Amino acid sequence: MLILHCPNCGVDADETELAPGGQAHLKRFGPGSSDEDFHDYLFARENPRGVHFERWRHAHGCGKWFHAARDTATLEVFATYSAQTTEPPQAVLDAIAARRPGWTWRHES
Amino acid sequence: MSEPVSALKGASFDGLAHVEECGLQGMITLRGALSARAVQKAATVASGASLPDANRANMAGEGGLCWMSPDELLILCPYPRAAETVETMRKTLGKTHALAVNVSDARAMFRVSGGAAREVLAKLCPVDLSPAAFGPGQFRRTRMAQIAAAIWMEDDESFGIVCFRSVAEYAFNLLKAAAQPGSAVGVFAARPGAISGD
Repeated sequence: MLILHCPNCGVDADETELAPGGQAHLKRFGPGSSDEDFHDYLFARENPRGVHFERWRHAHGCGKWFHAARDTATLEVFATYSAQTTEPPQAVLDAIAARRPGWTWRHES
Repeated sequence: MSEPVSALKGASFDGLAHVEECGLQGMITLRGALSARAVQKAATVASGASLPDANRANMAGEGGLCWMSPDELLILCPYPRAAETVETMRKTLGKTHALAVNVSDARAMFRVSGGAAREVLAKLCPVDLSPAAFGPGQFRRTRMAQIAAAIWMEDDESFGIVCFRSVAEYAFNLLKAAAQPGSAVGVFAARPGAISGD
């Protein structure tokens, strides 16, 4: 069972209070993009065993979206942070690096 | 004119705790930037209560002001005054980007009181309701089994609960089941020999 800290209202919310929103930090490919990019934007998702970034909505609480960085295998939550970001803030990357030496964010690799 | 009635007409139940439907309650939803002066003024004048901090509710007599989300407040007021209160709020808000709606007839309100009130609610909500974590003045939107609900403590042995009117009967049945005599768990009772903080 996950318990995520909602950065919008400050509540430690149980998983049953939350609605999952899939992978975070997708880059949109809309009109004018190639078919392949559009296909990947629509369908291709990461499915890592380990560090993952997700969108969640505090559906039964404040109703706001937020992002969470967590480990899909151990369920360890590294951080939750604002949904109004296009990539993880440095503090979140540092928190992950402290726990998973050698791990790098996909844009850095 | 038809006579307004509440969802369960004040039904009540006595078990581990006293469960009652509170009857007609004026409720107004106010959405907008809570930092805006006009929004703050509209909310405090309408409820007679001061602006609450996040996840808290301030009660003042028949009125109350509850923090629902970073851009939403719930104003409690006497039922017959809800419509005129909304009108007054709209005048106060003027051209400020905000929304005030009378939701009194869309909601139901319950009260659970008695020594086991914490336990009754704790059976239904995924919230830490231990006295150290949740006390009077705090306000929490959460779920009760399958439905959305908002709970707050009026005093140390009494909870107020707001849910949608359409699920009022379900909510009442839930609370009755949780307060069924003989179903006490005693999780918040003082345990002899318990290590403090455990």
